[in-house]
Amino acid sequence: MTLTMITIALYLTLVLLIGVFSNRLFKGTGEDYFLASRSIGPFVLLMSLFGTHMTAFSLLGASGEAYTKGIGVFGLMASASALVVPLVFFFFGTRLWSIGKNQKYVTQVQFFRDRWESDILGLLLFLVIVGLMIPYLLIGVMGGGITLTNMTEGAVPPWVGGLVVCVVIFTYINLGGMRGTAWVNTFQTLVFMVLGAITFFIIVQQHGGLSNAMRLISESGHGDLLIRGEKIKPLQMLTYIFIPLSVGMFPHIFMHWLSAKSVETFRYPILFYPLCIAIVWVPSVLMGIMGVIDFDPQTTAGNAVLVKMVAKHAPDMIGGLLAAGVFAAIMSSLDSQTLAVGTMFTQDIVKKYGFRQKEISEKQQVLFGRIFVLAILTLTFVLAQFSARSIFKLAIWSFSGFAALIPVAVAALYWKRSTKAGAIAAIITVAVSWIYFFMQGWETPGYTLGGSGVMPVTAMFFLSTTAMIFVSLLTAPPSKETIEKFFKS
Amino acid sequence: MKDTTIRWILYAVLFLLFVLHNDLWLWNDATIIMGMPIGFLYHVLYCFAVSGAMYLLLKNAWPVDLASKDQEQK
Repeated sequence: MTLTMITIALYLTLVLLIGVFSNRLFKGTGEDYFLASRSIGPFVLLMSLFGTHMTAFSLLGASGEAYTKGIGVFGLMASASALVVPLVFFFFGTRLWSIGKNQKYVTQVQFFRDRWESDILGLLLFLVIVGLMIPYLLIGVMGGGITLTNMTEGAVPPWVGGLVVCVVIFTYINLGGMRGTAWVNTFQTLVFMVLGAITFFIIVQQHGGLSNAMRLISESGHGDLLIRGEKIKPLQMLTYIFIPLSVGMFPHIFMHWLSAKSVETFRYPILFYPLCIAIVWVPSVLMGIMGVIDFDPQTTAGNAVLVKMVAKHAPDMIGGLLAAGVFAAIMSSLDSQTLAVGTMFTQDIVKKYGFRQKEISEKQQVLFGRIFVLAILTLTFVLAQFSARSIFKLAIWSFSGFAALIPVAVAALYWKRSTKAGAIAAIITVAVSWIYFFMQGWETPGYTLGGSGVMPVTAMFFLSTTAMIFVSLLTAPPSKETIEKFFKS
Repeated sequence: MKDTTIRWILYAVLFLLFVLHNDLWLWNDATIIMGMPIGFLYHVLYCFAVSGAMYLLLKNAWPVDLASKDQEQK
C-alpha cells in the first residue's frame, strides 16, 4: 500500500510541475488564460481532446460494464465513438474554429447568441449546458474517491481521493489556464494509454495468455460475455450511436477546438482518434470480462472490478501506476470541464451582464476565471459527498442531453433559414424531454424506450430536430447581415 | 473524377461504415480468433477501417475554404 501511495504522490507532483512550467509562458490576458492564445499544435490538440473526452468511465466504467454485459460494450461505446467523434471534429470543429477565430469567440454560448441575435437564447443555452455538466463533473470527483479507496483497500476514505483530485486540478489550472490544462492533458493521456496497456499485459500473463483467459471465462459459466446475445439488443446498438454526438456540444471540447493554432491542426485528431479509442478501450473491455474469472458479479461491484484485479494480480508498483493512470483519465477531463464552466460564467455572465458600464479588463477576466474554477470545484466536491449513483449512469444521462442539442449546432452551421425561435424551441424540447426520460429511467438500470432497446437519446434527438425545423419555418429568418457574417464564403 | 463526385462517394463510404457497425451476423458467434471473441475483434478492426476512411476524407474532402480563409487572415 505504501508503494502505491508513493507512486500516486510522485505522479501528482509531476502533474503539478507541468502546471508550474506552463505558467512561465502565461501572458496574463484573458485569451491566453482561456484559450492559450489559440496556439495549440496538432499533437497536443489530439491528446488534449482525447484525454478530455475519455473520463473515468473509459477505464473504470467500461471495464465495469464489460464485466456484467460482455464484449458488446466495445461496439456500443468505443467503435461507435471511433466513427462519430472524428466526423464531428471534421464537420463541426473545423467550422467552429474558423468562425471562433474570426469573431474572437471564447465560449459556444457567444457563438449561438450572435448566430441568432438573441441574448435569451444565450442565457437558456447557458443554463441547460451548466445543468448537464453537473453530473459529468461529479463523475470525475467520485471516480477519484473510488480509486483511492479501492487501491488502499478501504484505508483511505473516498472523500480524500476526491479532495486530492480537486486540489491538484485547481493548482495547475490556476497556474497555466488552458495552456497548463492542454499540456497536463497530453501528459495524462499518454500516461493512461501506456499504463492501461502495461496493466493489461500483466493481467493477461497472470491468466496464462489471452486465449486461456477466454477459456477460463467460458468455464466459469460466463460464456455469454463473449457474445452480445441477450445482454445487448440490436436496436440499442443502432441507436447508441447518437450518444457520441454529444462531443459536438460539450463546452470543454468547444474550447479545445478554439485553442487550435490553425485549421490544419485538426488533421491529427480526425485521423488518429479511432486508433486512440482502440488503444484505451481494448484493454479496458477485455480486463472487464476477465474480472469474472476472479470475482463474482453478484458480490463485486462493476466499477471496482478493475482496481480489485490489479490489487490481486499486479505488484504494488503496478497498482500505484494504474491508480495514477485512472487519476490521469479523471483529471484530464475534470480540468477542461471545470475550466470551460468557469469560462462560461466569466464570459457569458460576468463579462456580458456584470460590467455594462465599462469593458472588463484582461486581469479581471483572469481573476474571475480563477474564482469560478475554485467555486465549481468546491461545489462539485461537496455534491459528490452526497451522490451515490454509479459513475456510468451519470455519464450516459449527461451525454444524452448534449447529444440531443446537436440539431441546434447543425442548424447554426449549415442552415441559413434557421431562426432563434427554432433554436429556443429545440433547446426547451431537449430540456423537457431530458427531464421526462430521466424521471422514467432513473430507477431502471439500462433503461430503453418501452424496453425495446431504443435509447432515450433517439427520441430526444428527433424531437429537438422537429422543433428546430418546424418553428424555424414558421418564424422570420435572421437578418441578412447575420447570414453574411456566418455564411460568407 | 470531379471533387463533388469523390465527396459523395466518401459520404457513401461513411454511411456504409455506419451500417457495418451493426454486425448482427456475429451477434451470437463466440469463435475465438487471435485470443479474442470474433464479435470483439470485428469492432477493433472496424476502428482501423474508420481511421482509413478518415484519411481519405482528409485527402479528398478537406474544407479548403476554411484553410484559405485562415491564410488570408494571417
